[in-house]
Amino acid sequence: MIEALQYDFMRHALAAGLLSSVICGIMGALVVINRIVFLSGGIAHAAYGGIGLAFYFRWPYFFGTIGFSLGAAMLMATVTLKAKHRADTIIGVIWALGMALGVILLDLTPGYNVDLMSFLFGSILTVSASDLWIMLTTAIVISLIVACFYKDLLALSYDEEFARIRGVPVKTVYFIMICMLAVTIVMVIQVVGLILVIALLTIPPFIAEKHTKSLFQMMVGSICLSALFTTSGLWLSYAFDLTSGASIILVAGIVFLLFLPLEHLIRRSPTEKAGSPR
Amino acid sequence: MSQPVVEMRGVFFSYNGCEVLQDVNFDVHQGDFIAVIGPNGGGKTTLLRLMLGLIKPDRGSVRVLGMPAQKASHRIGYVPQEVQSNRSFPITSLDVVLMGKLEPGRRFSRRSGRDREEAMEALERMDMAAFAGRRIDELSGGQRQRVYIARAMVTKPALLLLDEPTSSIDTRGQADFFRFLKNINNQVTILLVSHDLLVISTHVKSVACVNRRLHHHGEAEITGDMVEMMYPCTAEEVCPVELLAHGLPHRVLKDHRR
Repeated sequence: MIEALQYDFMRHALAAGLLSSVICGIMGALVVINRIVFLSGGIAHAAYGGIGLAFYFRWPYFFGTIGFSLGAAMLMATVTLKAKHRADTIIGVIWALGMALGVILLDLTPGYNVDLMSFLFGSILTVSASDLWIMLTTAIVISLIVACFYKDLLALSYDEEFARIRGVPVKTVYFIMICMLAVTIVMVIQVVGLILVIALLTIPPFIAEKHTKSLFQMMVGSICLSALFTTSGLWLSYAFDLTSGASIILVAGIVFLLFLPLEHLIRRSPTEKAGSPR
Repeated sequence: MSQPVVEMRGVFFSYNGCEVLQDVNFDVHQGDFIAVIGPNGGGKTTLLRLMLGLIKPDRGSVRVLGMPAQKASHRIGYVPQEVQSNRSFPITSLDVVLMGKLEPGRRFSRRSGRDREEAMEALERMDMAAFAGRRIDELSGGQRQRVYIARAMVTKPALLLLDEPTSSIDTRGQADFFRFLKNINNQVTILLVSHDLLVISTHVKSVACVNRRLHHHGEAEITGDMVEMMYPCTAEEVCPVELLAHGLPHRVLKDHRR
């Protein structure tokens, strides 16, 4: 790994992986405890429609993609709040429509064609310095907003009804959270691809959740695990000449699968005690 | 007489075109300890949500401490049945109680040491201080409930609202639980909701029965017409269930047969 770092692209890839870890660690914890993984998947896929729009109308990439994703995300968030019982269906529709729109628009765009694979798996080895600056800014802004609204986010995630009774502006906070999520997803997709975004948003928080005592610890735990996964995945991809995004996901997935039975063994004893009559 | 804690006047509420509550008039006065009973779907939860200002009535008014319910909801200490959604949420008992210190208008202030002390005191009063640092999902149902009551009490409520509080406690625990409620009834007005007739303990001061309409009796007694209202039976379909309730005089309810 050390000798690999003499290359610019490896240093950038490592930095991009670590910054993605910070962003996805924070937002992933919120995604998992709010059970909005499906909504995140919807945003991530619908974002492809934004990419199509950006290319077709020759808008700047971020302008088109973020605008479209924010719109789709707001729509999904509204549906989630208003029609909970069918929210998943409607998210599924937007998910598919976004992707289809993206594919068609890219078909219609003369000359240029974006590789769907790079959207799915990203191109972490071609991250530029300016991408890194954008990611760094995103990471800082998201950390600040989450720090500011930490108590509200916690109350909203744990017990929405109680939060409302205590005067937390539940809807506003929810929309802020979804906005941050949309921005996160677009930023990180560009670098590591849609599949890796979903993996980083879900696997580390899921593991961290079991071993922490607060949302904050869960976020820190997720960041550390993500950093570990991205770093070792990158090293594997360098050492064995494998696709980087897929290597990172594979490492995360293996750890995840290892943890499942382990957890079962650890958790069994206390639950049995709690279940016995006193 | 002092201003009622809750004042409902001519309240109608329908859900998806189906009338859930019909012309409900209901006063809760300071120091009351009311059990609201009724069958499932009879409108008990709707009644609670109206008081909490989470929903608005179609007609009529709901006032809490003289204010519209939406404005006063933070004066009510609400104890939900069970925080359903989040079984494996990483949060300690103390942090759950600290949620009660959220208040409109002071969202950006830092969590002070004072809040923490008050939360610890609330846990102590519930005999749960030893569990302050434990994850909430490691506790038993009854213990979790105590934490939720501590969370409600730390808000210094004018009214404590409990939704099906005995559902997660065994029979033995229920007796302790009602003794505890009786003790805090000196400081706070209590209204609890249950579909279970058996929960009506001797400590409850009055019983209200809700099944679309609301019947409030000034005594802790289940009367014949309350049962009729809850479980209406025509002469043809005779209800096979006999109801037995612990009341002030122990009483066996009359036969359903007319």
